[in-house]
Amino acid sequence: MATATVKAEGNVKAEGKRQKAETPSGFDVMKVRADFPILSERVHGKPLVYLDSANTSQKPTSVLQAMDDYYRHANANIHRATHLLSERATALYEGGRAKAARFLNAPDPRTIVLTKGTTDGINLVAQSYGRSTLKPGDEILLSWLEHHSNIVPWQLVAGQTGAAITVVPINDLGEIDQDQYAKLLSPRTKIVAIGHVSNALGTINPIKEMIAQARTHGAVVLIDGAQAAPHLPIDVQALDCDFYVLSSHKMFGPTGTGVLYGRKKLLEAMPPYQGGGDMISSVTFEKTLYNQVPYKFEAGTPNIAGVVGLGAAVDYLSTIDRAAALVHEDAVLGYATEQVRAIPGARIIGEARHKTGVLSFMLEGVHPHDAGTILDQQGVAVRTGQHCAQPVMDRYCIPATIRASLGIYNTREDIDALVRGLHKVREVFA
Amino acid sequence: MSQVNELYQEVILDHNRRPRNFRAIDAPTATQEGYNPLCGDRLTLYVTLDGDVIKDVAFQGSGCAISKASASLMTEALKGKTVEQARELFDKFQAMITSDHAGPTADLGKLSVLAGVREFPARIKCASLAWHTMKAAVAHPSTALRAGDTAAPVSTE
Repeated sequence: MATATVKAEGNVKAEGKRQKAETPSGFDVMKVRADFPILSERVHGKPLVYLDSANTSQKPTSVLQAMDDYYRHANANIHRATHLLSERATALYEGGRAKAARFLNAPDPRTIVLTKGTTDGINLVAQSYGRSTLKPGDEILLSWLEHHSNIVPWQLVAGQTGAAITVVPINDLGEIDQDQYAKLLSPRTKIVAIGHVSNALGTINPIKEMIAQARTHGAVVLIDGAQAAPHLPIDVQALDCDFYVLSSHKMFGPTGTGVLYGRKKLLEAMPPYQGGGDMISSVTFEKTLYNQVPYKFEAGTPNIAGVVGLGAAVDYLSTIDRAAALVHEDAVLGYATEQVRAIPGARIIGEARHKTGVLSFMLEGVHPHDAGTILDQQGVAVRTGQHCAQPVMDRYCIPATIRASLGIYNTREDIDALVRGLHKVREVFA
Repeated sequence: MSQVNELYQEVILDHNRRPRNFRAIDAPTATQEGYNPLCGDRLTLYVTLDGDVIKDVAFQGSGCAISKASASLMTEALKGKTVEQARELFDKFQAMITSDHAGPTADLGKLSVLAGVREFPARIKCASLAWHTMKAAVAHPSTALRAGDTAAPVSTE
C-alpha cells in the first residue's frame, strides 16, 4: 500500500504542471467549490470527495437561497389567485420557464413544458405524441447506450400501439455505430430517441448529424439531455430536434423538476398527457376545453419551488465561463482516465473519442459493489452497479461497473483520493 | 477503516475467493433463482431434499463478495438440516444482519462473520439474497422454478 501511494503521488506531481497548462485562466475551480456548501461536509470522518454527479449534482448556495426565499416571501399557488403572493409565485414560476428557454435557446417560452424530470418528459412524449400517432408496423429507433428511462416508456407505447422497437448497436469503444444507424433508418422509423451523452459511459453522441439524418426520413427525434445539460452548451434550434428533455437535479438545480422542449407545432397537435387543474380552459360534464401549450401538459399544482430552483441554477451557470469550465472538466477526466488506467487490474469501460463527465471501470477480482463500500468508508462517493443501463452492461458482458462522474467542482485532488481509495480496495482483496 | 475490516473478514474473503458448493446439482428437488436488480447480483440455488431433510444444496451465479460468501456459508450451514430448521436459521440470520444492536450470534456459528453487514445498510440485501432464495426454494419445492424456466426470480427489490 505504502509504495503504491507514493507512486500515485509521484504521478500527481508530474501531472501538476500539465494541469496548470490545461485548466484555463477563465475558470477558478476553488471559487466554484466555495459556492457548494455540501463539499465541505465530512463523511465517515473524512472530507467528502463527491464523484457521483451523473447520479445527481450538488447544489450551489444561490439555488438553495432562491428556494428558501420563495417559501419565505412568495409561497402561493400560481395562475389561480388575485392576491400579491400568487402574483409573485406566478412571476417566479414563469421566470423559471423563461430561463429554461434561454438555457436551451428555445424560440419561445411556450415551447417549454415544465415536468418532474427527464423520465417524466420522455413518458409524456411517448404517451401523448407516441400513443396518438404510432401504428402497427411503425418503428421506434433507440440506441444500445440508452438509460432505462429512454427504453421502458417506448416499450410501453410500443405495446399499446403495435409499433416495434429497433436498436442501433454500439462499437467496442462505446460509440453508436453510425453505419448501422443509417441502415436502420427507413420510412417506417417514426420516432428516434437518443441520449445526448451516455450516463453509463460518458459518450457524447453526434446528435446534430443523427437528427438531420432522421429528419430526412420524416422521423420525429427526441434527445435525452439529462447528462448533457451540466456539461455542454445546448441549442435546440441549431440541433433542429423535435423534443429535448432534461432534469434540473443533474444541472445543479433541485430534484423533482425538469424541462421538456417541444417543437410548437407538435405540442399544439398533441393530446393532453394527464388531466387536472391548470391544464384546462373550461370544464363541464359534457365537454372540457384544454388550455394552450405548454399549460395543457401541466396538470395539477406543479413543483413551484423546484422551478424557482431550476431558474436559479440556470442563473448560476450563466455566471460561469462554461467553455472554460468544460476544458477544466475534460482535463480532470483525462487525468482520471490516465490515473485509473495505471492501476494494475483496472479496465476502463467506454473509451469513446468524444466523452464528458464519466469514467466507468472495473477492477480485476473485485466486484464493483465491494469497491463502492470501501471507497465510501474513505469519503469517496461513486456509483457502482448497472447505472440503469443494463443493455450496456450486457453488451460488455459485465455485471456492473464502478462509475466516477464529474461536476464543475471536481479537482485532480479528488481523483488522487479516488486512486488512493482504489489502492485500499486492492489491498483488502489482495 | 476498522468497519471495513469488520465487514471483509478473512472468512468472507476466503469464501468469496473459493466459494463452497459452487456447482449445479443434477435433478435437484428444487431450483430457484435470486436476483438483486440494484447491483446485478444473480444466483441459482439447487436443493435436494430427502423427505424433510436438506441432503444437498449448491449454488451458481455472480455477485459481490458479500453475496457470494453469504451463499457459500449458507450452503455449508444448511446441509443435514430439516426445512423447519432452515427456516429458523433464516429468521436468526435476518435478525442478526438487520438489528440495530449486536444481539447474541453465538448459535449462528460461522454465519456470525456476516454480522458486520448491519453497519452497512446498502449491503444487507447482498447478504440476504441467498437466504431469501433458499426460503422460496423450500417453500414449495415441487413448484419451485426449474432451471430454464422464465418466471420471475426471487428479487430483493
